[in-house]
Amino acid sequence: MRRLLLVLAALLMALPAATAAQRPEVVIGYFGLRKDPRWQAWETYANLVLREEMDPADGARVAMRDARIVGRVLKVKFRLEVRRERDLEQLKAAFEELHAAGLRYALVDLPADQLVAFTRPYRAREVLFFNVSALEDRLRGEQCQANVLHVIPSYRMLADALSQYLTHKGWQKILLLQGPEPEDAEIARVFQQSAARFGNRIVEVRRFLPTNDPRAREQNNVRLLTTGVDYDVVFVADSRGDFGRKIPYQTVLARPVVSLGPHGPTIGLQASAWHWASERFGSPQLNQRFERQVKQRRRMRDADFAAWAAVRQLIEAMMKARSTEFAAVRNTLLAPEARLDVYKGMPANFRPWDRQMRQPIVLHTHNAVITYAPLPQFLHQSNVLDTLGVDQPNSRCRF
Amino acid sequence: MANRWTAVALALTALLLPGPGRAGAQGLVYVSNEKSDTISVLDPAQDHRLVATIEACGRPRDMEWDPTKRFLYVACADDNEIGIIDVEKGEQVDAIPYIEEPEAFEFDHAFKRLFVSNEEDAALSVVDLESREVIAWVETGEEPEGVLVTPGDRQIWVTSEASNLVHVIDGETYEVLADIPVGTRPRRFAMTPDGREVWVSAELAGRVDIISTETLEVIDSIAFLPRGFRPEQVTPVDLLITRDGKRAYVALGRANHVAVVDVEKRQVIKYILAGNRVWGLTLTKDEKILYAANGLSDDVSIIDTETLTNIKSVPVGQIPYKVLIRE
Repeated sequence: MRRLLLVLAALLMALPAATAAQRPEVVIGYFGLRKDPRWQAWETYANLVLREEMDPADGARVAMRDARIVGRVLKVKFRLEVRRERDLEQLKAAFEELHAAGLRYALVDLPADQLVAFTRPYRAREVLFFNVSALEDRLRGEQCQANVLHVIPSYRMLADALSQYLTHKGWQKILLLQGPEPEDAEIARVFQQSAARFGNRIVEVRRFLPTNDPRAREQNNVRLLTTGVDYDVVFVADSRGDFGRKIPYQTVLARPVVSLGPHGPTIGLQASAWHWASERFGSPQLNQRFERQVKQRRRMRDADFAAWAAVRQLIEAMMKARSTEFAAVRNTLLAPEARLDVYKGMPANFRPWDRQMRQPIVLHTHNAVITYAPLPQFLHQSNVLDTLGVDQPNSRCRF
Repeated sequence: MANRWTAVALALTALLLPGPGRAGAQGLVYVSNEKSDTISVLDPAQDHRLVATIEACGRPRDMEWDPTKRFLYVACADDNEIGIIDVEKGEQVDAIPYIEEPEAFEFDHAFKRLFVSNEEDAALSVVDLESREVIAWVETGEEPEGVLVTPGDRQIWVTSEASNLVHVIDGETYEVLADIPVGTRPRRFAMTPDGREVWVSAELAGRVDIISTETLEVIDSIAFLPRGFRPEQVTPVDLLITRDGKRAYVALGRANHVAVVDVEKRQVIKYILAGNRVWGLTLTKDEKILYAANGLSDDVSIIDTETLTNIKSVPVGQIPYKVLIRE
């Protein structure tokens, strides 16, 4: 039945002279995996919920509501087609089917390796992919692809936001505590590059292990992990966050704790793409809209924000181009003068050299926004937002 | 001059009388404070001293007078109502309920209908002032904001902040006549007295777009950039045009200045320093004084429109939004 509807939709799209009553349909795809562990509820020992279940497609759904009016102006109908499949093969089949029916814009909600495997075969296709949930810098570097746009900020952008704040505060001697996960190593590596860029110093890197094993006490006792060295601040690279959330207030020296990474609970001062407690730049409106429209009444998180922003970018580009035709939309979307309001103050657009969406970063605690980066003290010759993330001269992306 | 003396006399009377009179004398200036849920009352005759503070409903933003100027209608976003304040009693006496998150609103010229933008529903509601029923509901883009009622109530214009559109709605049938694409985050309107142009502020584009009321298209734009500011800090919101149609004032938000514009030449004459994130603007009846509400410095700038200088800043409540004068 679904297939039949798709064929019908494709037929409709193929009819250029459709009347107002049967406006042609513009489909926006959303591709992800079923039971993606990143979005499952995370209960730790004793049923403590550290993170509730979520589906970032909710962000896209909220943005689709706005598409109704733009559809009225452009005389088209927008539809979001969310496909969550068991594996990449099924996902590719779903994509092929929709692409054949006219799909040209697709949000991709996959971990980094799967994202590469999914998008690489389509690098020459007439399609634009929007990465809404993979933060790895290599996707914007050596693994970049001209038709993959990154709406979620990279780890490096988050790290640079935090580094700016530490530099500004004069908290420049940093003790880095790193967890055992591969993602923790990625975060630690990126943060060290960022520290170097802003003149901060990592005084020592220490590994922690989430275990109670007394033989590993050097690695699981926060007092031992934070003693014998002088530092202004502790940076925690803990993508899971279960251990990290207990580090503040346990350090030997009375020092603040900072972190980054969107998947775990908030540890001390954290850099994120989005936060529910943001009070400025119209963000309360978006947060309220999201919380009202999503059935669980949950709060908006980074990937929700990215999915929302991806759809907004697209709809806005069609509005500006006054067209839904691929080439026109693509050119408008990637134009250097594009300015999308993403409710974080400065307007967002895409970097031409790696297709990363420029955007401010939120620095927040578990319940308050402390500030937004870039901080006003950090200047740049062309766009202050490029003080966050890998800048053009250092980019390893070649399309 | 006589007027001024009357104002002084009234203000003095207000001072001597206990209670109500103080909040309701002629010539007083009313400022809604979004975060403190109050209306600050300033007395120009007493060097703009704060003479009273009226408790309002939750998160008061836009305000309008009833035709008698005794009742102040206040859009309260957190209480989902339009509060009605009797300024002579100095308290809220009534409210139009069930209006979801009202932000900006206008009355028709006969004071029969209220047009209000609802953020939650992405709609413009038309409320019958007598029955208080919503008599029409027009779908807009996300986050509708500024409302303009054209002469003779022929059309209602409303901006959609998130969709970057201006919707033109028929004042009788409530049919959408046009959706006009404008600059990023359109906020407020001002119409030239000859009715030929509507100016709309585009907050994140840092400019004002000028729409021809005949063709319903943007015919020109005025960009703002006070010295020492970056373009992204220039976020114009409120604007108004003088009765003779010669001059416009535009509040530039985070650029902390009010731009003075020659309407005919479409050129900036001067940038006047105001407070932090200046939004709401109001002129006195004689257009000699311009009030500007500074949302992030919690004060109101008082600007002399002859010398084009900021003559005084008066502290009010938290996050002042709109200024109205009882005169």
